[in-house]
Amino acid sequence: MHVPDGFIDAPVSVATGAVAAGAVAVSLRGARRELDERTAPLAGLVAAFIFAVQMLNFPVAAGTSGHLLGGALAAILVGPYTGVLCVSVVLLMQGVLFADGGLTALGVNITDMALVTTVVAYALFRAIVKLAPHRRRTVTVASFVAALISVPAAAVAFTAIYALGGTADVAIGKVFAAMVGVHVLIGIGEAAITALTVGAVVAVRPDLVYGARGVTARPLEIRSSPLAPATPGAVARAEGPAAEPAAATSGTPGTSGTSGTSGTPGTPGTPGTSGTPGTPGTPGTPETSEPAGAPEPAAAPRRSARRVWWAGLAAALLCAGVVSFYASASPDGLEKVAHDKGIDQKEEDHAAKDSPLADYGVKDITDARLSGGLAGVIGVGATLAVGSGVFIVIRRRRATAESERG
Amino acid sequence: MGAGHAHKLYREGRSPVHALPPHCKIAAVFCFVLVVVSTPREAVWAFGAYAVLLAGVAGAARIPAGYLLRRLLIEIPFVAFAVLMPFIAEGPRVEVLGMSLSESGLWSAWNILAKGTLGVAASVLLASTTELRALLLGLQRLRMPSLLVQIASFMIRYGDVISDEMRRMRIARQSRGFEARGVRHWGVLASSAGALFIRSYERGERVHLAMVSRGYTGTMPVIDDVTASRAQWTYAAALPLTALAVCLTGWMLP
Repeated sequence: MHVPDGFIDAPVSVATGAVAAGAVAVSLRGARRELDERTAPLAGLVAAFIFAVQMLNFPVAAGTSGHLLGGALAAILVGPYTGVLCVSVVLLMQGVLFADGGLTALGVNITDMALVTTVVAYALFRAIVKLAPHRRRTVTVASFVAALISVPAAAVAFTAIYALGGTADVAIGKVFAAMVGVHVLIGIGEAAITALTVGAVVAVRPDLVYGARGVTARPLEIRSSPLAPATPGAVARAEGPAAEPAAATSGTPGTSGTSGTSGTPGTPGTPGTSGTPGTPGTPGTPETSEPAGAPEPAAAPRRSARRVWWAGLAAALLCAGVVSFYASASPDGLEKVAHDKGIDQKEEDHAAKDSPLADYGVKDITDARLSGGLAGVIGVGATLAVGSGVFIVIRRRRATAESERG
Repeated sequence: MGAGHAHKLYREGRSPVHALPPHCKIAAVFCFVLVVVSTPREAVWAFGAYAVLLAGVAGAARIPAGYLLRRLLIEIPFVAFAVLMPFIAEGPRVEVLGMSLSESGLWSAWNILAKGTLGVAASVLLASTTELRALLLGLQRLRMPSLLVQIASFMIRYGDVISDEMRRMRIARQSRGFEARGVRHWGVLASSAGALFIRSYERGERVHLAMVSRGYTGTMPVIDDVTASRAQWTYAAALPLTALAVCLTGWMLP
């Protein structure tokens, strides 16, 4: 989604540049609060992490692959301010050094990919973590939903910027449909990888996941109980961040031990195995941690997963319905101008012009906003149906594979 | 730390362009790209003039054309998008080679191609004539917040280390017969990413402790502060000012 030079005109580029500068200024202040005075080295290393993760290509379908945007991942792991900062620095360096994304489009890119993804993802994540029961599984599911929505939200933001200052003469409705359609698919991959990554980190070092601090504070109470379970590693780890930075040196022997276990997420001692209800037979292989991310294969906490699923559906419907209220106003304007100037006389009729969803409005409904919103809702429903179909097929295939294995 | 810290984008040289202070170059490139973006797309000759200007800079910096063109390949995804433009855009249609193409779509495609290519070429010239460290110092001289510069410099310094760690993990996966073929393998990739995050975070903590123990107070001392003379500023301003003249002529002429 890196926007090149010349795609957005100069005034809007300057305006988004101002927005991006303001966002970075606010984040600089906020990041000091999130990371104390460790801001520079820690945020730098996290930015390097995001830069590396963006190179991690995941196969989407036969022959094609996508890569992570990383906004949601950064926000959940290190906090929203640091997340904005890290992704912005990555974008800045990509623009200046690798010419990936234009220099004048830097404002557009930061607003779109750093600000919108991070803020949307973190807001959703916190909302779900607050509402749902405080369990480790909730963190994984919440990061799935947050990443799933954040990518199409960035696409919507891009469409809005394009509507203001796009240089190409393509109808907003088309851009909206193309961007959101493609990015819903990318969002599914992003969501799965983000959720699994957060799940892997939560399993090994729950104290490092910024977004889950309220949730993972509970296991700390066990420490004071006389019947403390036999996980001394977890206690040592929990002490590390709570202590002062100077005292953190004493925590390093403990952490060096954990970095050894981080390579094998399913070692019997780590709390990760308790979170994975699927396939109890092979706890050593990393594949067993896979079902933890996708909401469907859960056996025991099915009820909470379903609740979250409904919440996600409601959010998606709200997005499509409400956002298209505002989106639908612009193509009307453009089409009206085209009519007034008489430049659309030669326009050829599209073959699907009479289809019920042509022009992104539902036929026979005269209110433009209502019909646009309805079309958005139907679109989300269709996407969801396809997506769930894919997931069900995968689940079934995995179930048969497991039954063959066992 | 197998990889060197000199990034491969920089091209060693002793030309007058290399010798310019970095902040002059950054400001010049940024103004130049802004001027290019605000040029009307109908002034086709203006973009030719810009290309000649950039070629002049490349000549002064003694950067071979083949090197520059190879680096321009990063643009290819946008070229693909621009090629689609005439087919999907609105407006009156023209017949080209038997295909009905949108006239404004053709203009848009030209617009994105010309401006995007010039922008990429300008960035490539900047990156290949300025050392990485100098680039960061230049950004600091241009009043970018020092914390942001520090974060960027840490990212660049440790970017190679983290990427190498990622690569080692990939090799470890491959040598155990793993190949990411489909959705079912996302979990493995994600647990690698999780392990990488923990490693980078812990490395960040260690780096911070090392810095504190060496007297870090929250700001990095700037030892080699570069200043630009008036002559150097004038020299660097030649590119955007000429471009501005071209741009204004483009607006004046119909």
